[in-house]
Amino acid sequence: MQAKIHVRTNLNDEPVEFLCEPRQSLLECLRDILGLTGSKEGCNDGNCGACTVILDGRPVNSCLVLGAEIEGARVTTIEGIARDGRLDPLQRAFLDNAALQCGICTPGFIVAARALLDQEPEPGEDRIRLWLANNLCRCTGYDKIVRAVEQAAAQMQEAAR
Amino acid sequence: MKWFDYRAPVSLEEALALLAERPGARPLAGGTDLLVQLRGGRRQTELVVDVKRIAELNALEYDAAAGLRLGAAVPCYRIYRDGAVLAHYPALAEVAGLIGGTQIQGRASIGGNLANAAPSADAIPLLIALEAKCRIARRGGAREVAVEDFCTGPGRTVLEPGELLVAIEIPPPKPESGAHYLRFIPRNEMDIAVAGAGVAVQLENGAFRRARIALASVAPTPLYAREAGQALSGRPTSPESIETASELAKAAAKPITDMRGTADYRRHLCAVLTRRALEAAIRKARGAK
Repeated sequence: MQAKIHVRTNLNDEPVEFLCEPRQSLLECLRDILGLTGSKEGCNDGNCGACTVILDGRPVNSCLVLGAEIEGARVTTIEGIARDGRLDPLQRAFLDNAALQCGICTPGFIVAARALLDQEPEPGEDRIRLWLANNLCRCTGYDKIVRAVEQAAAQMQEAAR
Repeated sequence: MKWFDYRAPVSLEEALALLAERPGARPLAGGTDLLVQLRGGRRQTELVVDVKRIAELNALEYDAAAGLRLGAAVPCYRIYRDGAVLAHYPALAEVAGLIGGTQIQGRASIGGNLANAAPSADAIPLLIALEAKCRIARRGGAREVAVEDFCTGPGRTVLEPGELLVAIEIPPPKPESGAHYLRFIPRNEMDIAVAGAGVAVQLENGAFRRARIALASVAPTPLYAREAGQALSGRPTSPESIETASELAKAAAKPITDMRGTADYRRHLCAVLTRRALEAAIRKARGAK
């Protein structure tokens, strides 16, 4: 049987090393080893998106990635979205639009939406809805979530001008 | 999840040696099926071999003479953003965007979709229609298998212990050709096909020169409906021809009744989806002239 694996990675712009079992998911490593509990475990099988992180520029379900797989990678979690103590425009827009109720799905939505706006600054409503189809909100707040993403996109466009 | 070992070889030789020495090993590409199965106890393994660091499995190369070489671990998002795929195999780009949602497409590969061998796999009927071939390697050897012969049952393939699916090869598109995959799901996205139809056509002088049709979710494996496609050869691209092929596809289906749909409903879907997929493929073939 293999010993624990030594993983070196870049997590939220900081070099990080940790030891994990080969079978541990990235989500387990984040929550149980590194103490980053912002990423949530919903379904643990890739349907709900509550554990979404950005891995080398792509949003992925961290429950479907092994911790060992992120050796040498760049990972951004919800804890890395706010910068210098200031909320990201997306986080501010989620608050302004009351785009959450219980809040379990919120980190996943914000991280997934952040990855969208990083590569497509002006997505339309259909694009936002399709992009976020892998994120489930069982309090059924999709309209407010979509409006929040639209507002954040508009604000970021405004700020860039 | 039960304990397993993890290795991430950087060369094909190293991966094939690991698979040869540990016959119970499972290759890991995107992990969007395998990790769910290991966690749920539907599959067990003593060793997970992460194949994403191997160059051959990450290849995405188009050559006008040789066609497309799609490494088995290339994730869906790379496929639908690839200029050559969009230009020469638009239906493949579309199907890569149908599998799961954004997060799944960031990891899941077409090779994994194939090796997972679900009867409902969205990519496989299209690959069959496009005459794709599987490049399979083992320590000291290699072989090629047509995609329609690759799956042997739900979750089962022709891969022997020690063998690895390295790449999928698709021939270059022929003149006046088009392909399309359509599935029926009760939602807009993120669902498993109740039935699906993948078709490829080549036209000539207003008639079908040849056509290939394959179906999803209506048999223990993705199903190549050979007779349905062959019936179109030389026939005009008329509603009557399309109806004939659609009825043959329906007759080829061997569906079961389960929570997603009844056998009768699935047979009905086969005819409707085949007709609509053929109409779309014809439009693409004419546009690509």
